[in-house]
Amino acid sequence: MANLTSNFIGIKSPNPFWLASAPPTDKEYNVVRAYKAGWGGVVWKTLGSEGPPVVNVSGPRYGAIWGADRRLLGLNNIELITDRPLQVNLDEIKKVKREWKDRALVVSLMVPCDEESWKDILKRVEDTDADGVELNFGCPHGMAERGMGSAVGQVPEYIEMVTRWVKKHSRMPCIVKLTPNITDIRRPAEAAKRGGADAVSLINTINSITSVNMDDFCPEPMIDGKGTHGGYCGPAVKPIALNMVAEIARSAETRGIPISGIGGVTTWRDAAEFMALGAGNVQVCTAAMTYGFGIVKEMISGLSLWMDRKGFTSVDQVVGRAVPNVTDWQYLNLNHVTKARIDPEACIGCGRCYAACEDTSHQAIWQKPDRVFEVNDAECVACNLCVNVCPVEGCITMETMPKGAVDPRTGREVGDYANWTTHPNNPMARAAE
Amino acid sequence: MTHTSQTDGLVAGRLDSATLEAHFDDLYPLLDDHEARVAADRCYFCHDAPCVTACPTAIDIPLFIRQIQTGTPEAAARTILAQNILGGMCARVCPTETLCEGSCVREKAEGNPVEIGRLQRYATDQLLLANEHPFTRAAPTGKSVAVVGAGPAGLACAHRLAMLGHDVVIHEAREKAGGLNEYGIAAYKAANGVAQAEVDWLLQIGGIKVVTGSALGREVTLEELRSDHCAVFLGMGLAGVNGLGIPGDDLPGVRDAVDFIAELRQCRDLSSLPVGRRVVVIGGGMTAVDAAVQSRLLGAEHVHMVYRRGREAMSASGYELDHAATEGVTILTDAMPVAIRQSGAALEVEFAYTRQGAKGLERTGETFVLPADQVLKAIGQTLAGQPDRLALNGGKIAIDSAGRTSLDGVWAGGDCALGGEDLTVTAVAQGRDAAMDIHAFMTGVVG
Repeated sequence: MANLTSNFIGIKSPNPFWLASAPPTDKEYNVVRAYKAGWGGVVWKTLGSEGPPVVNVSGPRYGAIWGADRRLLGLNNIELITDRPLQVNLDEIKKVKREWKDRALVVSLMVPCDEESWKDILKRVEDTDADGVELNFGCPHGMAERGMGSAVGQVPEYIEMVTRWVKKHSRMPCIVKLTPNITDIRRPAEAAKRGGADAVSLINTINSITSVNMDDFCPEPMIDGKGTHGGYCGPAVKPIALNMVAEIARSAETRGIPISGIGGVTTWRDAAEFMALGAGNVQVCTAAMTYGFGIVKEMISGLSLWMDRKGFTSVDQVVGRAVPNVTDWQYLNLNHVTKARIDPEACIGCGRCYAACEDTSHQAIWQKPDRVFEVNDAECVACNLCVNVCPVEGCITMETMPKGAVDPRTGREVGDYANWTTHPNNPMARAAE
Repeated sequence: MTHTSQTDGLVAGRLDSATLEAHFDDLYPLLDDHEARVAADRCYFCHDAPCVTACPTAIDIPLFIRQIQTGTPEAAARTILAQNILGGMCARVCPTETLCEGSCVREKAEGNPVEIGRLQRYATDQLLLANEHPFTRAAPTGKSVAVVGAGPAGLACAHRLAMLGHDVVIHEAREKAGGLNEYGIAAYKAANGVAQAEVDWLLQIGGIKVVTGSALGREVTLEELRSDHCAVFLGMGLAGVNGLGIPGDDLPGVRDAVDFIAELRQCRDLSSLPVGRRVVVIGGGMTAVDAAVQSRLLGAEHVHMVYRRGREAMSASGYELDHAATEGVTILTDAMPVAIRQSGAALEVEFAYTRQGAKGLERTGETFVLPADQVLKAIGQTLAGQPDRLALNGGKIAIDSAGRTSLDGVWAGGDCALGGEDLTVTAVAQGRDAAMDIHAFMTGVVG
């Protein structure tokens, strides 16, 4: 069994699977049950300032997107930060940390944008012996209207300023949680780094309306005839999160800053993909909210089995392993030529490849008698759409043409690596000459 | 309950009413909304879908399944019914395993096709059970057509003609409309009076008059119909039955399976319907299966279904034969009846084993005897009572691709006519297509 022990910015946990700051980590009862189920760590649901706690709606808090058989693919929420008194949370955090020393316990924080508020709460969190703090600059709903959450996360200067306060007034490791509701994720990450953050975590939820009630003409979830945008999460957001993690991991300005990957992690494989793109660990929420805490057992066994198969002995060997292969479009090999191949034995004759290619791509698939489908190499641009719409895994594959072979579409020989930067059609390339 | 499955003879009440009710309830219950969504999600929305090609009425199956998937089953029903006005009964009685589902790519991929039949029923029942008719009749044309037979072919023809604004008079020999859907299908495939409900629902289009108890050659003649109407459509089915032609063929306890099935379908109290302790069904088609299975469901202890050729030559599908076997019917093949004899209070049937010889089927010389309280003959139906002047082909009314017979102004379709496989769905297709040709003939408008 591979060793899954994780050391993320000095915070140790038996595995890299943490529960994200959210309803599952709202109180001692849940957190203890999560630890018992095997979770390596938790980020406690976001605490606010001393005083009357926030109030949540008592109508529905979640909207959803479903796939086949009502499988939950995306969830959005309009829940705010913890609505329990600050001291109750702090007392429970202290007790839980004392009883579960081997597990990570990070406290998520969101207080008004002034130094005193941060100084005050940091002191009180330090008293709990929690392992670190995560600054919630991400939540896009409710709290953002009060100048907190994503309202901070969308302004790099604020991120840098608050992060500085946190590092000034606390010895605790500081993770800055980023909102994806920006145009370029690298800017807030750079700001966090400048402010002295020990790590960033991302993504927080995405501004969203999941559906519209077509009887009442109102966004869901509907509260007494009105709705508001919520934060979207779950498997549907994973591709967005993976890209943002990769952007930070490969950017010259942010390269090397530890990343806690968040966004639709549901299985061991999702976690491994985040880690390969540079995440030191992952945080999970929607999957636990959909299936319960027991899913971590699959994540542990799956990651361990895969690492054994690959010969990896520690998670550090996985982290960032795919980052060197994330590049800009302009550096892709334009002389790499592939053609779709349909395996007639595996083909079940549904014709979806034909419909997709004929109607929406390059008219490069022939339908022959008896529902036999064949690729016309003279038209195939290797777009891969047929592969993606085929319901049979492995039935259609992309075959690489060897160097020197003639591409029947272009009539040109397959040559050596060459990209857009030197391509004759690139005006910038000519300008450089 | 006065009797059991072990009571000798031909008696009623072998099973209690509750058991009988369960036995003759829907073979497959209606899908609920979630089941329908899950089943619909399995459809790949194939290009040039093989299921559509396999459907004699060419229903756009991927489209109606997608309409179910998106929560609009009423739209799905309209897609189905526009092609096949008897889509509700077809969803129940079609041998989908040899038609749409048999050609489904998921059958090829994993031996588990999309449940097209059950999805079709889910859609059509939305309108059928709510008694909502989705089509409206065009302005009356003043033209009238006579239809002989209120079975699937006649009803499909009449509905299409009525929708186009023509007046239709259907002459039906029996007391009720519906044809084999009402009289000839196993009860568990048409539970809860759905066949009559469908007829009533279909007639809401208006412009169709059904005259029951009116048979061709008995109450009306073809010449009368031709002189009274612009066109005539013959869809009277196959009223005759083949005889065994062996000694004892007419002994008490020996009867035609179609009569047994019809009596069962019309029976209000199944505990009053007699069935033998030992039943022998002779034949290898759907009628034989329906008779054999329903005998078991009525409480017969031993039911044998005996066919003179091999299993591969049976016209009943493998799926139907499996169903019969599951219900406890013993299927014997390669044996032909040679005599039926009285044996005490009961009967016995002597069979000779057969094999394929140089000159066709021949006896092997070996014989066996099955005791029977009831013998049901299901060796095929024949055309009966047809007008003399109609040209026949292979014992059926000869028609061209548009359904035209050898007589001017006379069309035919369904089991009485050539072509198709004597299925409800082919009858609907022939009736519908003949209606379009009659419409073109009467109005001079093609298509």
